[in-house]
Amino acid sequence: MQGFWTLLYKESLRFAKVSVQTVAAPVLTSLLYLMVFSQALEGRVMVYEKVSYTSFLIPGLVMMAVLQNAFANASSSLIQSKVTGNIVFVLLPPLSHWELFCAYVLAAMGRGLVVGLGVFVVTAWFAHLSFSAPLWILAFAVLGSAILGTMGLIGGIWAEKFDQIAAFQNFIIMPATFLAGVFYSVHSLSPFWQTVSHLNPFFYMVDGFRYGFFGVSDVPPLVSLGVVLVTLAVVSAIAVVLLRSGYKLRH
Amino acid sequence: MSIAIDIRAVAKRYGTFEALRGVSLQVRQGEFFGLLGPNGAGKTTLISIVAGLSRASEGSVTIMGHDVVADYRQARRALGVVPQELVFDPFFTVRETLRLTSGYYGVRRNDDWIDEILANLDLTAKADANMRALSGGMKRRVLVAQALVHRPPVIVLDEPTAGVDVELRQTLWRFIRRLNTDGHTIVLTTHYLEEAQELCARIAMLKQGQVVALDRTSELIRRFAGGRLVLRLARGTLPQALAAVRIGDDRAGGGEEPRIALRVDDYGQVEPMLAELRRAGCEIEEMELLHTDLEDVFVRIMRGQTGAPAAGAGGQGAG
Repeated sequence: MQGFWTLLYKESLRFAKVSVQTVAAPVLTSLLYLMVFSQALEGRVMVYEKVSYTSFLIPGLVMMAVLQNAFANASSSLIQSKVTGNIVFVLLPPLSHWELFCAYVLAAMGRGLVVGLGVFVVTAWFAHLSFSAPLWILAFAVLGSAILGTMGLIGGIWAEKFDQIAAFQNFIIMPATFLAGVFYSVHSLSPFWQTVSHLNPFFYMVDGFRYGFFGVSDVPPLVSLGVVLVTLAVVSAIAVVLLRSGYKLRH
Repeated sequence: MSIAIDIRAVAKRYGTFEALRGVSLQVRQGEFFGLLGPNGAGKTTLISIVAGLSRASEGSVTIMGHDVVADYRQARRALGVVPQELVFDPFFTVRETLRLTSGYYGVRRNDDWIDEILANLDLTAKADANMRALSGGMKRRVLVAQALVHRPPVIVLDEPTAGVDVELRQTLWRFIRRLNTDGHTIVLTTHYLEEAQELCARIAMLKQGQVVALDRTSELIRRFAGGRLVLRLARGTLPQALAAVRIGDDRAGGGEEPRIALRVDDYGQVEPMLAELRRAGCEIEEMELLHTDLEDVFVRIMRGQTGAPAAGAGGQGAG
């Protein structure tokens, strides 16, 4: 277990040492999103009764920050290690594939949750937020960050170059988070795009997370929880199999 | 004596390319063992398989009796590897790097040993410097320190002195020799054959993925006993009778004429050679008689020569 704790500590220390880039920058970006969108849409869009657009937007931005930063932490750490060659420092020691998996994913969750908390702290001043079901907030934040941390791990294992991981992030993760109902309710979409949104697991993460604040959501929170748990199980299984086989890590 | 590294019939294929073709060799505990070969011979591939960085297509490897695949935790705990590439993690200081490596191997509260390694590798002054701020030679020392931080009984150094200055080499070899004296098994790959000759008691030579020589260093040199007569002619040309033993020219020491190297299998041949030169009217400007060293042995084995079997020598495949 000492190896696992050390890798978790190292992965956490890695992002903490460059916290201006890994924490402060995404918090500022989310704040800018809030200011621009709330300025443009406040009073024009009403998603839920008695919930202002800015209030509706804040949990979405928090969750988007959690997801994107969890992905970024695991994927950037791995691809940097692979490209620079220092990945040998974790491949030479007697670390099991489970230890590698848990350490990378937990560190990614840590960064995702820290950034999410930061976004919440700086945006919560802009609107009134309720906490109808805090445990749901916590559950979806933890599970969402775990899923994206695991996806970051998979992306980092698969990619051999920085542009491949950038493509993974820009063509899969970014569209999936943006189209997950962060800025709007899927009920405002046409039936076709509502159906498409329901195929996006990120939608359930955002919707379930938002339920924790307002007690209302586009789909029942238990359905979202089920989808999120199944998604986590699938991506975890893929990541563990890849680590166990040494795919693109041990030739 | 017990076996530290047991490599049995290891093959490694990348598609149709065979990087290793049935390599078998054993390194005994406490040995200082050299693994030599030209670029692309398969040395680093073999070390990668031993270290668990790569998986053999066929065959098996054990370290201190632990299979590197089935019992990888014990095998890796017993092994310290200095990789060939100059790699480092730019986020951390030297001490942080060593503490992290220590933790990966499950060793806690290791600062006393870390301080000792730092002192022995002249790194104490740089302990709190970021890895990015170090010179290439310093980074190489940290790689060596990382390989030693969990006190492994077996240490593999893959070209540890490539591109580093004389001072570091001497510091490094002093420390590695001490570790060997203390009972650590050392496996070294290097292109500096004089280092291998001086340090390694036994040597394996790889060529195109196969072991082409495996013996005690002294036996390998004895197998190619003799030397070479190196001379520079002030006047005349090398007579035809000596052309058959001409093994190469060089321009060491300057001068208009090249130095001619003649193979001498037996020192009794020297006087007849000089007589032949006198008969041909040659005047010798400079002459040197050199004993066979590991470099000669290496070159000749790589050319496919096997040398005369030395009495009592184990020969190829000797474990």
